[in-house]
Amino acid sequence: MDNFWTTLLYAFLSMFLIFNYGMLLGGVVYKIIARVHGRFGPPVWQPYVNLVKVMGVRTAISHGIMFWLGPVFRFAGGIGLFLFMPVVFGSVWMQNFSFSGDLLLVIYFIFFGQLGMALGAAESGHPYSPMGIMRGLAQVTVSEVPFALAVIALAAQHGTLSITEIVAAQQGGIANWNMITNPVATLAGMMAFLGMMMHAPFNLHLAPQEIPVGPPTEYHSNFLGYMQANRAFFASAKLILFMNLFFGGATNIPVLVGKTFTLYMFAVFVGVVNPRFTLENSIRWFIRIPTATGIIAVLLYTF
Amino acid sequence: MTEVNNEENKIIKPDYCDPELFCTALPKEVPRMNNIIQKFYDWAQANSLWLLAFGTGCGSIEMRPLYTARYDISRYGIAPRPTPRQSNLFIISGYVSVKTLKRIIRSYEQMQNPKFVIGLGSCTINGGMYWDSYNTINRLDHYIPVDVYVAGCMPRPEALIAGFDELKKRIKEGRGEGANEYAKNFAWYKANQKKIIKDWDMPDYNW
Repeated sequence: MDNFWTTLLYAFLSMFLIFNYGMLLGGVVYKIIARVHGRFGPPVWQPYVNLVKVMGVRTAISHGIMFWLGPVFRFAGGIGLFLFMPVVFGSVWMQNFSFSGDLLLVIYFIFFGQLGMALGAAESGHPYSPMGIMRGLAQVTVSEVPFALAVIALAAQHGTLSITEIVAAQQGGIANWNMITNPVATLAGMMAFLGMMMHAPFNLHLAPQEIPVGPPTEYHSNFLGYMQANRAFFASAKLILFMNLFFGGATNIPVLVGKTFTLYMFAVFVGVVNPRFTLENSIRWFIRIPTATGIIAVLLYTF
Repeated sequence: MTEVNNEENKIIKPDYCDPELFCTALPKEVPRMNNIIQKFYDWAQANSLWLLAFGTGCGSIEMRPLYTARYDISRYGIAPRPTPRQSNLFIISGYVSVKTLKRIIRSYEQMQNPKFVIGLGSCTINGGMYWDSYNTINRLDHYIPVDVYVAGCMPRPEALIAGFDELKKRIKEGRGEGANEYAKNFAWYKANQKKIIKDWDMPDYNW
């Protein structure tokens, strides 16, 4: 970490890798969902084609500065979340800037993009955008409750908020993973994970049948392109975060891919076999069992 | 509310149009680039068709099976989008009543360049069984540019898939320029639309 430019180069390299991983992951998930429906589904490279398509749209309508900044905030949120986490523990070039940020910063970045996006989408003037935002923010907020409790429990367990130190404490075999050493916090965290991964039953705010695609109703062309690119970053960054917090992190890229893919499949499989919750049901669900589990996890380390 | 002059063929901004939400500029032609990048974009456009899932007539009943396991258009990279801003393919499914024409125009104009239109069913070609009806239009391409017609009453989903293939071929050949055609002949299209829609209570161009 002595040379700033080397760090920057490594950060770009890992961003490039994670972007492609996220895009392919999206394609594979489309395919899996289609197979569960009994369909063939789009090819796995379809997210790339979609991205080129939206970037190649010749006209774009902006509704003002905040509308323009919405996708930028969203993109910054995704990249910020990714860049302040160690991706591969012990690797020189997949460390990112994890030395300069801790868990609180990462949690802030999860919310940051959503808030920026909310301001942008609201400026579009479309009545469905604020409705989608309201639902989206309510969903994110309520799933952050058990997540925050799980994080507090982890911080109490390890006596630190640094992700790198939490990952370091879990090295040396599966018995050291937080999944085993702190199962209650893991349970609360994984229930929050379902709410954060934007799959059913907690994706009402993005459901095309409800309000046309939620907050991005008015976003199109390049704006939408940035959001799609961000989705690749954001999804993989969240997977890496949960892998680091509860499942021992990764010491090399195959382990990283294996663990994050398995984690994502948990959310996808829960999603394909469950119908959507309405927002009210979703909030009720989150403030009952997951929040109670989170509180128990915190209490275990208080006494 | 001010009266909008339908006789003159120019953009009029009515008082009830909020200038922040509505635009009074005319649509502009955006010429194609004449290079390999344009070909790449054409290929991407053809392989990622997002259709506006707005059923305008009885033909939309034939669009629903397309998403199901039996026909599954997602394997061709076609997906339904609920908002015109994000879609690039508009399927006019069947007869177009005067009331629906208004919505079709608003939705079509909100779509971004390049955009494509498929006319589904005989009604979009010549009015079909409604050709002498008092409140349906007969020929869709007098009102918006149409890329591909799928004839039949009703055409089967297979016919619609053949229509998608034809459209893809057109896009890859660089002939899917309906948006530019609309901008170029805007006055003509607008005059035709205003001949049909008597209670014109919207901006002349909705982006």
